Amino acid sequence: MSIWDYANPRRFMRVSSWLLPWSTALAAVTLAVGLGWGFFFTPDDFRQGSTVKILYLHVPAAMMAINIWVMMLVASMIWLIRRHHVSALAAKAAAPIGLTMTLIALATGAIWGQPMWGTWWAWDPRLTSFLILGLFYLGYIALWEAVENPDTAADLTGVLCLVGSVFALLSRYAVLFWSQGLHQGASLSLDRKENVHDVFWLPLVTCIAGFVLFFVALLLLRTRTEIRARRLKALLARERMA
Amino acid sequence: MIAVLVRDLRLSIRSGGGFGLALAFFLIVVTLVPFGVGPEAAVLARIGPGILWVAALLACLLSLDRLFATDAEDGALDLLATAPLPLEGVVAAKALAHWIVTGLPLTLAAPVFGLLYDLPPPVWGWLLGSLALGTPALSVIGAFGAALTVGLKRGGLLLSLLVLPLYVPTLIFGAEAVRRGADGLPAATPLLMLGGITLGAAALLPFAAAAAIRVNLR
Amino acid sequence: MDLTLTELACARGGLPVLAGLTLSVRSGSILVLRGPNGAGKTTLLRTLAGLQPPLAGRFAPGPEAIAYAAHADGLKPTLTVAENLRFWAAVFGTRDIGPALAAFDLGALAHRPAGELSAGQRRRAGLARLLVTGRPVWALDEPTVSLDAAAVSRFGAAVAAHVAAGGVAVIATHIDLGLPARALDLTAFRARAAPLPAAGGFPDEALS
Repeated sequence: MSIWDYANPRRFMRVSSWLLPWSTALAAVTLAVGLGWGFFFTPDDFRQGSTVKILYLHVPAAMMAINIWVMMLVASMIWLIRRHHVSALAAKAAAPIGLTMTLIALATGAIWGQPMWGTWWAWDPRLTSFLILGLFYLGYIALWEAVENPDTAADLTGVLCLVGSVFALLSRYAVLFWSQGLHQGASLSLDRKENVHDVFWLPLVTCIAGFVLFFVALLLLRTRTEIRARRLKALLARERMA
Repeated sequence: MIAVLVRDLRLSIRSGGGFGLALAFFLIVVTLVPFGVGPEAAVLARIGPGILWVAALLACLLSLDRLFATDAEDGALDLLATAPLPLEGVVAAKALAHWIVTGLPLTLAAPVFGLLYDLPPPVWGWLLGSLALGTPALSVIGAFGAALTVGLKRGGLLLSLLVLPLYVPTLIFGAEAVRRGADGLPAATPLLMLGGITLGAAALLPFAAAAAIRVNLR
Repeated sequence: MDLTLTELACARGGLPVLAGLTLSVRSGSILVLRGPNGAGKTTLLRTLAGLQPPLAGRFAPGPEAIAYAAHADGLKPTLTVAENLRFWAAVFGTRDIGPALAAFDLGALAHRPAGELSAGQRRRAGLARLLVTGRPVWALDEPTVSLDAAAVSRFGAAVAAHVAAGGVAVIATHIDLGLPARALDLTAFRARAAPLPAAGGFPDEALS
């Protein structure tokens, strides 16, 4: 059995109905552990005080904002190449989650930035890149909403996602070129010497895992809703034809 | 393809103010900005290049939603899609015609508008060069946006929402080149990036745009 | 050149409309499509023109041999009739627009902007485009809308001349053109709605 069998809507509905409660429960537990650990059982930063704890929301949200776009890109490619409807609907379902993650990252960043940098907003490369990413999400969602025929909408948004990804990358480097930032370097990297201290690192990784699981649960739920909405639309159309 | 180019140019001349309209809009934006930010010459000279770039970008956007829409409404797009010409070539020719009508006059007129902002003569050259390199990308990227929204009843606003984020790199490198040039810093990098974006967009986006048009005609 | 359709199925807006169309139109003959609104006449003609992919089946020759004309003429109001036709001639790689102007009696109108013409005159200019394409198969969707009796007979003569020269014409129309033509009622090929899919089964299964 190949992985493509799960692209069959019927099989997807069956498997996802089984996966959904598990992933939801797992996400709830992981998030509770990670956030609880981070908020209550880690020491305050010696310079930033307890403000630093917003990190446990800010960093995972920012990571997800980018990763969800990448997931949408992969799903769009699968739709454009292999024409699996579930894939297109999953990309559609992921976009509002990605936009929300972008907004969370921007909002928590502003709340963090106010006491640290003395400003809610700065035209810093990272901040600006996220603002642009938010605009890409908005355009993508608006195009889905505007096009009536679902297959046409899936094709057009797929092409937009592809072209948008290239321009999002270009924008990222253009923005780096344009302004030197206030933002600190990456909080996590594969080179452990660069990382935040272990006391912060473990709860942070737990929070990230929680956000990923939360995204998976939301995505399954939203994709199921989209499939049902498609089916409803098809049934209504069939009724009109008959 | 030359036939498409000639036809589009002829149409924009005959429909009255094809060349003039974008320029007039450019002039209005350039006139309005000092009302908003105050008349200090030093401030205006500082932000002048950026304002001219943003104005060029908006002027370019203005006529984009008609790029394929008129052809879609009168059936010509159907006929072009069934013609022996590759649709990619049609898109490229139409984008080029759009540039000749909007981007080219803006580029040539920019030094004159620079006078209004008290930009010194050496900056004119940078302005001219960056606009000449960058505005073709605006037309091609815009043609892609217009292709995505060609089947929609009220595509104009959506078109802006889709296209403006795509304009970010062009705007940044374009305005940055002028700023660096004006300050006497090396400006080769942004100019090369600008040229790269234009060439890349001109080479690849007609394919994406033609695919979008085919999907929309289906 | 014969036009052959093999088990052709077409969809409109993602829903199957026609299925199992197998027929052949011999070189030099005319096929008239009939059927009520929504029977799939326009869908079939757009599929033949290559504007939408067939759901199943195939047809030969392909879209590159087919000249398509629909309700909209694709004329630019600010260009003259001759300029409009010359543009399409250039696009289709032909030169001479004289015969097209003559066939539809457009000589006197050639230098008038298309925007100043009446609806019927515009229609004639739009149909004259078919002649400059130089393509053997004409796929025409309601070509006689807003034509007067004299123009309809001119159009009939142009179609007759086209098929006499070995061409083929597929025409969706409700009026009698006074030409020897085979009529085909598309309601006979209406796609049957597939049985309702089981819960969660949409979309892949129901579409195929």
